[in-house]
Amino acid sequence: MNARVVIIIGAVLLSFGAQRCNGQEVSRSSAWTRTTISGQGQPKGYVQFENYCSMCHGPGPGQPGTMALQAKYKGAEPALLADRTDLNGAVIKAYVRNGISIMPIFRKTEISDANLDLIAEYLTRNNKK
Amino acid sequence: MKVPPGLSAKDFSDVVKQWTEIVGKEWIFTSDEDVEMYRDYYSPLWHEDNDPVPSAAVAPDGVEQIQAVLKVANEYKVPLWTISTGKNLGYGGSAPLLSGSAVLDLKRMNRVLEVNDKNHYALVEPGVSYFDLYRYIRQHNLKVWLDPPDPGWGSPVGNSLDRGGGYTPMRDHFDNHCGMEVVLANGEVIRTGMGALPGSKTWQQYKYGFGPYIDGMFSQSNFGVVTKMGFWLLPEPEAYLSGTVTVPKHDDIYKMVEVFAYLVDSSIVQATTLITSPLWYVRNDPELTGIREHGTTQDLDAYAARKGAAYWSVSLPFYGPAKVVAAQWEFAKEKFSAAIPGAKFLDGASYRFPLSDEQVAKMADTVPFGIPSLSIFSMIGKNIGHLGFSPIIPMTGEAVLESQRVFTQVYRDLGSPEGEAASFPVFSFFARAFVNIYLFPIEHDVEKNRKTREIYRRLIKESAARGWGEYRTHTTFMKDIAETYSFNNHSLLRFHEMIKDAVDPNGILSPGKSGIWPKRMRTAKA
Amino acid sequence: MKVPPGVSTSDFSEALRQFEEVVGKEWVFTSDEDVAMYRDAYSPFYGEADELVASAAVAPDGVEQVQKIVRIANQYKIPIYTISTGKNLGYGGSAPCYSGSVVLDLKRMNRILEVNEKNAYCLVEPGVSYFDLYRYIQEKGIRLWVDVPDPGWGSPVGNALDRGGGYLLPQFRNHFDSHCGMEVVLANGEILRTGMGALPGAKTWQEYKSGFGPWIDGVFSQSNFGVVTKMGFWMCPAPDSYQVGTVTVPKYNDLTQLIDILGYLENTGCTNGMPFLGSPMLARGPIGEQGPLADPELTALLNDENGPVPEEMDAYAEKKGVHQWSCTVSFYGGPQANAGNWEFAKEKFSAIPGAKFTDGGAYKLPLTPEVQAKFNLPQFGIPSLQMFSIGARSAINPTPGEGHIWFSPIIPRTGEAVFEANRVFRQAAKELGLPVPPFSLPTCYWERAFIFLFGFPITHDPETNKKNRKAFQQLVKIAAEHGWGEYRTAPAHQAAVMDTYSFNNHALLRFHETLKDAVDPNGILSAGRYGIWPKHLRDSHTWRSS
Repeated sequence: MNARVVIIIGAVLLSFGAQRCNGQEVSRSSAWTRTTISGQGQPKGYVQFENYCSMCHGPGPGQPGTMALQAKYKGAEPALLADRTDLNGAVIKAYVRNGISIMPIFRKTEISDANLDLIAEYLTRNNKK
Repeated sequence: MKVPPGLSAKDFSDVVKQWTEIVGKEWIFTSDEDVEMYRDYYSPLWHEDNDPVPSAAVAPDGVEQIQAVLKVANEYKVPLWTISTGKNLGYGGSAPLLSGSAVLDLKRMNRVLEVNDKNHYALVEPGVSYFDLYRYIRQHNLKVWLDPPDPGWGSPVGNSLDRGGGYTPMRDHFDNHCGMEVVLANGEVIRTGMGALPGSKTWQQYKYGFGPYIDGMFSQSNFGVVTKMGFWLLPEPEAYLSGTVTVPKHDDIYKMVEVFAYLVDSSIVQATTLITSPLWYVRNDPELTGIREHGTTQDLDAYAARKGAAYWSVSLPFYGPAKVVAAQWEFAKEKFSAAIPGAKFLDGASYRFPLSDEQVAKMADTVPFGIPSLSIFSMIGKNIGHLGFSPIIPMTGEAVLESQRVFTQVYRDLGSPEGEAASFPVFSFFARAFVNIYLFPIEHDVEKNRKTREIYRRLIKESAARGWGEYRTHTTFMKDIAETYSFNNHSLLRFHEMIKDAVDPNGILSPGKSGIWPKRMRTAKA
Repeated sequence: MKVPPGVSTSDFSEALRQFEEVVGKEWVFTSDEDVAMYRDAYSPFYGEADELVASAAVAPDGVEQVQKIVRIANQYKIPIYTISTGKNLGYGGSAPCYSGSVVLDLKRMNRILEVNEKNAYCLVEPGVSYFDLYRYIQEKGIRLWVDVPDPGWGSPVGNALDRGGGYLLPQFRNHFDSHCGMEVVLANGEILRTGMGALPGAKTWQEYKSGFGPWIDGVFSQSNFGVVTKMGFWMCPAPDSYQVGTVTVPKYNDLTQLIDILGYLENTGCTNGMPFLGSPMLARGPIGEQGPLADPELTALLNDENGPVPEEMDAYAEKKGVHQWSCTVSFYGGPQANAGNWEFAKEKFSAIPGAKFTDGGAYKLPLTPEVQAKFNLPQFGIPSLQMFSIGARSAINPTPGEGHIWFSPIIPRTGEAVFEANRVFRQAAKELGLPVPPFSLPTCYWERAFIFLFGFPITHDPETNKKNRKAFQQLVKIAAEHGWGEYRTAPAHQAAVMDTYSFNNHALLRFHETLKDAVDPNGILSAGRYGIWPKHLRDSHTWRSS
C-alpha cells in the first residue's frame, strides 16, 4: 500500500513543481471539440460519446481513460473505446453508473438513460454479430 | 444638549457619563460647538430643519474602548454613526444619517500596523489617512505605492468600505483590500479571511480564508465596526506613459468604447481614465447651442470638423516597464486605427520612477502616481461643496450617449443653473462598467439646495428606469437609491434587514446606512 | 428507503411525493441504485458506516422548481444538499455533508443565458459545465476565453462557489473573484439578485459587482446560506499573442530571491499568465509517464534529518551541472508588449548570479494545432480532463487508487515559507508514517499567496482510509500551528479545518452561525457545509477545540 501512496503523492507534488513548469513537454488533445452542442448532421451516439466521454477516452496522450486502458491491456485490446469490438452495453452502463478506478459515477441528470443507450449503441456498433 | 431619538435626557447623560469613563473626558464631545463640527459641511440640507445633527461624538482609541462603548450603547439603545476619518465629503462627510445619532469617531485609531514591501501590502487602522500612509512609506523608503482617491485626507479603510476608486492599477479600493478585523454590535471581535486563523501568516495575502467570505457585508453597511483592514499595494512600476486618442464623429463613440473595453478587459489599460467630448466645454457659442437644440448628429460632426475639434477623446494611462508601456500604446493605436477612420493620437506624459521631488513639485496632479493630494479641490469650482451623483452605466457607446441625453434633459427640464448643456463625464474607476460622476454644486442656500435635491431625485428615477443604479450616494438619498434596487419586492434589502436583525438586534449601528434600518425604525418600502 | 435523520417516514414520503409533483417522477431518485450514484467516489469513508450518503435526490429544471422544493423541505424539515454538476471530486463530489440529506441536483439547469462578446462576460446556470460553455463559444465563433480549472467537467458556478482556480490572467484564474452578479434562492424560497441585479432591468448586472449597500456575494461561497441559481462571470477577450520563458537559478537558497522577483513581476502586472515554479534538479517527466528520479545520492540529500543542507545541494547541483530552481513566466497580450515584459523579467531575474534563461517561444493566437499540442490546454482556455492522468492507471501506476482528496494549505509567497513548509511537512510525514515527499513546490493560482497541493489517495480499504483520515487531520493541525490554513477541503474534514480558524474563541464561526440561524432558521440547506451546522445539529456536530 505504501508504495502506492509514495507514487501518487510523489507524482502530484513533483508534477506541480517540475512537470508543469515545462508545459511544452505534454501534449494534449481536444477531440471532443469536434462536436457541437447541437450535433447537427452527426450520428446521435457519436455526438453523445464525444460530449460526455471523449475528453477522457479520446485519442492522444493527455487522455486519462485512454492511458489507463493502454496500461491495462498493453495493446491486447485497443486503448480507444471507440475502436473496441468486444464491449457490451450492460457492461458499459454498469461502469458509467457505478464508476471504476478513478472514473467517478455519472448520474442520470448528467447522462440520461436515453443518452446512455445511444452511447452503448455507438460503442458496440462494430461488434461482430 | 441634543438627545438621541428614543432616549430620555437622563438616560443619555448616564450614557455620556459611562462613555467618559471609557475614553476620557477629552474624547467625548457634547457641547453644541463641538457637535457642530460633526455636521456635513456639504450637506444639501444645510440651514434646514431636517439637516442631521449628531447628539454627541465619542472617539475611542482602541478595540477594547470600542467594545465598551458598544456595550453601553446596547444597554440604552443609542444609535451610533461610525466614521473613520469623516472625510466622505460629497457623500455625507462625518454627519449621521439619523439626526441625534452619536458619532463613533475612529480618527484616533491611526496606527499603520504594517507595510510589507516584499509582498506589497499594508495593514492599517481606520483613522489612518492616505497622507499618513504615504508619509510612512516615504519615511521608511519602501518601494510601494498606495492608490489614493482624489482627495488624500480620507481613510483607506473608510474609502474602501464606501467602495471608492482611485487611479492606478489598484483603483478598485474595496477589491484591493485583504483581511479585516471587525467589532460586532455585541462587542465580539472577528477577523475575516486568513485572520481567523490564530497566528496566520497570510492575513494580507489571501482574501478568503475558509468558509463564507463575509468581508463584502461590512462595506456600505451597518453590520459591524471595522477596526483594521489590509490592502494590497502596487510595487513601484518602472515607467508610465499616457496617450490621447481622439475620434472625429459623434457616432465614433460606439467603436471607440468597444476598443476601449477590449483594452480594459484584456488588462492592457489597467488604470482609471475618462471619456469626454471636447465639444462639451465649448460654451457661449450660439451656433453650437442651436445645433444642440435642433440639429442632427451630422450637424454636430460638421461643426466639429469646421472647428477642427475632435468629437470624443480618451487618454490612456499605461504603467509598467518602459518598453512595455510604449508597446501597449502602439498596440492601442493599432486597434483604434483599424476600427475608426480618422482616429488621431497624441503622445502624453511619460515618466520613469521613482519621481524626483522636483518632478513631483511641478505636477498638477500627483494622484495617478500614488501620491495623495487635495488638488481636486482646485479643479471643481468655487462653491461651498459638492454632491456626487454617480450611476453605473454599461461600457458601451450606446449607454454613454443615452446617459448624456437623459441627464441633460432632466437638467434642462428643471432649469439648469447656467442654461448650458450639462456634461456627465464617463469614468473607468471600476473594471468593467463606466461610472458617470456629476458633482452638483452645494451652497448654503436653501432654495438652490431644494432645486438640487429635486434634480437629483429625478436623476435617480430616470437612471433606475433605464437599468442604471448608483454605486454610492449621500446619506440624504440613501433611502431613495436603496429603493431602486427593488428586484422581487425588495428581496435584497429584506435580506439585509434579516441580517441586520440577527447581528445587531438592538439596532445601534449606523441606522439608515444604505437604506438599512433596524427593526424598530423600519418603515414601509416604496 | 433511507430516511433523513429526524424525519418521519410518512413526512418523508409526503415530501417526496410533493417533490415529484414539482419536478416530475422521473427527476426524483429514491431507489438504492439511483441514490448510490450520488456517493462520493473519492470518499475518505468509502464503504464505512460513517460514509456521507444521500437519502434521495431531486433534480429541478428551473428557479421556480427550486423555490418550491425549498419550501417543501422547510415544511417537513428535510435536509437538502445542493450540488451544481457534482464534480467537486477530491473535495466531496456529489455527496452531502450530512448523511441522509436529499441531494438537490442542479445539473439539469444547464442554460447558458448570455455570452456578451463586446463586454466579455457570460451568465450561466449551475448545471452548465466548462465543456458546455467552451463548446458554446466555439460554436458561435465568440472570441472570448473561458478560464478553466484542471478538470473541465465541473461547473463554473460550482467551482467559483468552492473558490477554485484556473490558469489565465490573475483576474480570471481566481474563479470567485471573476464572478459578477448572482441569483440566489434563499431557504425561505425567496429569490434575490445581488449587485446590480437587484435593480429591475439592470443593464450592468455582469459589469459591476457590488451594486449598492452591502456586497453579500461572498457569503454564498463555501457556505450553506442559499441556493445559487445563476452567476455571471467576466471572461478573457481572446488575447492577440502568447509568449513564455523560463528562468533557472543555480543555488538552493536562490529560491528566496526568485520568489521575491516573481512577486514584483506579478504584482506590477508584468507577467500575467500563471507562473510555475519548478526544479530542473528534481525534474520529472510528464504526469503519469515517469517515476521519481532514482538517484540515491540525491534522495539521501533530500532525506537529511533536518531537511536538505544548502551547501550539499549546491555541491550536488554543480557536480551534475544542473540548476536547482526554475520559474516559468508567461505573457498574454500584444506581441511587442509580451516581448518587452519578457525582456524586463529577464533583466530583473538577472539580479540572481548565474540565472539562465530559456525562451519558450512567442506565438500569435490562436495557436496552430501543432503548437497547441505542446502546451497545457487550460492555459489557452480549453477545458480537458488531462489532470486525471495523475491518478489513473499508467505505466508507473499499474494499480491505481480509487481517487484522491487534496490537502491544500495557503502559505506566504516567500522562499522562507516554502523552505519552512517543506521542513514542517517532511517532519510531519515521518511522524505520521506517511511517505516522505522529496521537496514540494507551491502553485501560483492566487495572486499574493501560494498554495500547496498534496494529494491523498483514497482507497476502498477502510483501514488505510482510517489511517489517512487521521493523518490528514494531523496535518491540518500542524499547518495551523504554523499559521497556514486550508483554502478548501472535503466534507469529511470541513469541521476540522473550520476548527483551526478559531481566532477569539471561534468568533468567525459563531458569526456564521448567527447568519445561518437568521437566513435558514429550520436549517434545511446543506447542513455542515464548511463547518456550519444549523442550531439543532450544532452541539453534536461542530468541532470546537479550545
